[in-house]
Amino acid sequence: MTKKKTAKWVHKDLLGLEYLSKEDIELILDTAESFREILDRKIKKVPALRGKTVVNLFYEPSTRTRVSFEVAAKRLSADVINIAVESSSVKKGETLNDTGKNIEALKADIIVVRHNCSGAATMLARNVNISVINAGDGWHEHPTQALLDMFTLRGKLGKLEGLNVSIVGDIAHSRVARSNIWGLTKFGANITVCAPKILIPPGIEKMGVKITDNIDEALGNADAINVLRMQFERDDMKAFPSQLEYFKNFGITEERLKKAKKDIIIMHPGPINRGVEISSEVADGTNSVILEQVTNGIAVRMAVLFWVSQAKL
Amino acid sequence: MKLIIKNGHVIDPANKIDEVIDILVEGEKIFKIARAIDAKAETVIEAAGKIVMPGIVDMHVHLREPGREDKETIFSGTKAAAKGGVTSVLAMPNTLPSLDSMGIIKTLKDIIKKTANVDVFICGAITVGRLGKELTNISVLKKEGIIAISDDGASVDNDELMLKALKEAKKEKLVVVCHSEDKSLSGQGVVNFGFTSTRLGLKGISKESEYKRVGRDIKLAEESGAAVHIAHVSCAESVEIIRKAKKNGIKVTAETAPHYFSLNEEDLLGYNTNMKINPPLRTKDDVLSIIEGLKDGTIDAIASDHAPHTESEKEIEFEYAEFGSIGLETELAVSITEIIGKSLLTWGGLVEKISLNPAKILGIDKGTLGSGKDADIIIVSPEKEWVVRKEYLVSKSKNSAFIGRKLRGIVEYTICKGNIVYKSN
Ligand SMILES: [Zn+2]
Ligand SMILES: [Zn+2]
Repeated sequence: MTKKKTAKWVHKDLLGLEYLSKEDIELILDTAESFREILDRKIKKVPALRGKTVVNLFYEPSTRTRVSFEVAAKRLSADVINIAVESSSVKKGETLNDTGKNIEALKADIIVVRHNCSGAATMLARNVNISVINAGDGWHEHPTQALLDMFTLRGKLGKLEGLNVSIVGDIAHSRVARSNIWGLTKFGANITVCAPKILIPPGIEKMGVKITDNIDEALGNADAINVLRMQFERDDMKAFPSQLEYFKNFGITEERLKKAKKDIIIMHPGPINRGVEISSEVADGTNSVILEQVTNGIAVRMAVLFWVSQAKL
Repeated sequence: MKLIIKNGHVIDPANKIDEVIDILVEGEKIFKIARAIDAKAETVIEAAGKIVMPGIVDMHVHLREPGREDKETIFSGTKAAAKGGVTSVLAMPNTLPSLDSMGIIKTLKDIIKKTANVDVFICGAITVGRLGKELTNISVLKKEGIIAISDDGASVDNDELMLKALKEAKKEKLVVVCHSEDKSLSGQGVVNFGFTSTRLGLKGISKESEYKRVGRDIKLAEESGAAVHIAHVSCAESVEIIRKAKKNGIKVTAETAPHYFSLNEEDLLGYNTNMKINPPLRTKDDVLSIIEGLKDGTIDAIASDHAPHTESEKEIEFEYAEFGSIGLETELAVSITEIIGKSLLTWGGLVEKISLNPAKILGIDKGTLGSGKDADIIIVSPEKEWVVRKEYLVSKSKNSAFIGRKLRGIVEYTICKGNIVYKSN
């Protein structure tokens, strides 16, 4: 991280990639590259956030995202506090704003919030003066996931401009899809979203994406494919055909990949449902970067924590 | 008690007055309107450079009393009304309990008599508990003084029951105010269905859920011959359906609220829960259609749909927050800013929408400044600008969709039945 870039970052919070410029995203990805190197060192710790406190405020159970943020904060020498709130009791318990203000009063510096409601991070950020990082809000955005996806793609292919990226799965209910679309389109990547028609949200073409319900078309000239986790336990999925049917029509299998580019990159935000949206062979195969994504996630989250902590309040 | 308003620009479309002229009030009534009235009076208000118009008749107001006095009361709501230039309100029946029985209406009338700052008229419920199952005793409620019926907040889903209600309303000469929403289509939605709901990651409310029910309500109006009034029209399709119905001579009237001609769904991109309303803010094209409907007379009236909610019901996650915005204190200024400011209607045209037409629809002798009429008069500085701030609002709840907005037009005096009930400072 070169000092002269400090002046460029003006955001107290990271709420979504819709609200960042291409330059903001580049700054995070470049910074993440420096941090990525640190992760391969023997001593994986830098003092950038020493004396700062990061609170992971999670209203949804998500071990992987929480742990990733926790590791990232600790690598930066921050103190980390984890708060898990049962989302079923949210309506009765303390309000999100009150919880946020309490955390602020405890003199924490950054709140990392995961919430089942879209807009929760935005609301929290409006009501506290300390930094808020959105670790996923409802169906709205999951900016650090998209940043780590972009970081992984850039690392593999050297650039994001002009790449053909297909996102396959439940687009309607996916914050990962939305953040990836906002982020990648800012770099001029060509995005195709692929899902059964009822899982395509209205007006998504206005985000600058192509829509298809044909998986072979989505794979056709894709440089990379982002496979979303399917959640059949959702209430509004009851009208949906079976898991088996989904796998038959949209599952990513070796058979299907025969028609795709040989070196197509397979990404997945995890946790994966083997045999539901992706076959085990593909998930564990040579095109898969799923585990690299996990490592890159730490570097990207270190960069995000670093930059929001630099924002002048 | 005599009161003279001198040199104001008087707008009274009912009597085709649009000129600088004086008004003499005696007791509760307007005594005379004439040039240069030379009479002794206890109160003389100099109104040069100001607009003098009939008090607003707001035919869609949730005063929350009885039952939710933490949100609003007759007293606080009518205080907000007076500040906003509203001298008559129609109180909607979705209180706790709902206004569905003789007893509760007697109670409410008593509270109104003791605490109201402006005239409060009562809208009774169509069905018991507003549950859409069993009709209230409409003729008994009428005898208690209700002037309209509605299940606002809900629509009577059952066609037969609704038809029966309309026939009953016709017999009793009551207007039926329709909250036209098919909940089986709007479901758990919270914002307009489309790109905005996708962008925000929120469930959508389709326009279909509104206009299909508008269509049904109008069909039943035709069948029954009852006076049907469509509340809070928000989308282009509804405007078109009402326009056609009027052309075909069906007895239907319609209202829209200031937020539907001044805000659109994109104003929601910051998840401002004060803008979470039902029906939801629609697209920019819908806003244009609403304005077109106001201009060509398809939409007869402007009403606030004043819907107070406490902070703990609003300052929470968007999908958990209640629907509704308060509006009594801003409806005139929003209308002046958007309608007069953009030359969409003349002052006379605006007064028709906001005072005269609602009075006509409700069948009350209000909305005009003719001599012998109730002295419900407001004096407005039409050019003065102000910014809506939470701390200035006198309504018990502060959930205004317009907080932070710069508006034009300030109410200087509100006179209700000859009494000055509000004076700006
Ligand atoms: Zn309503
Ligand atoms: Zn209402």
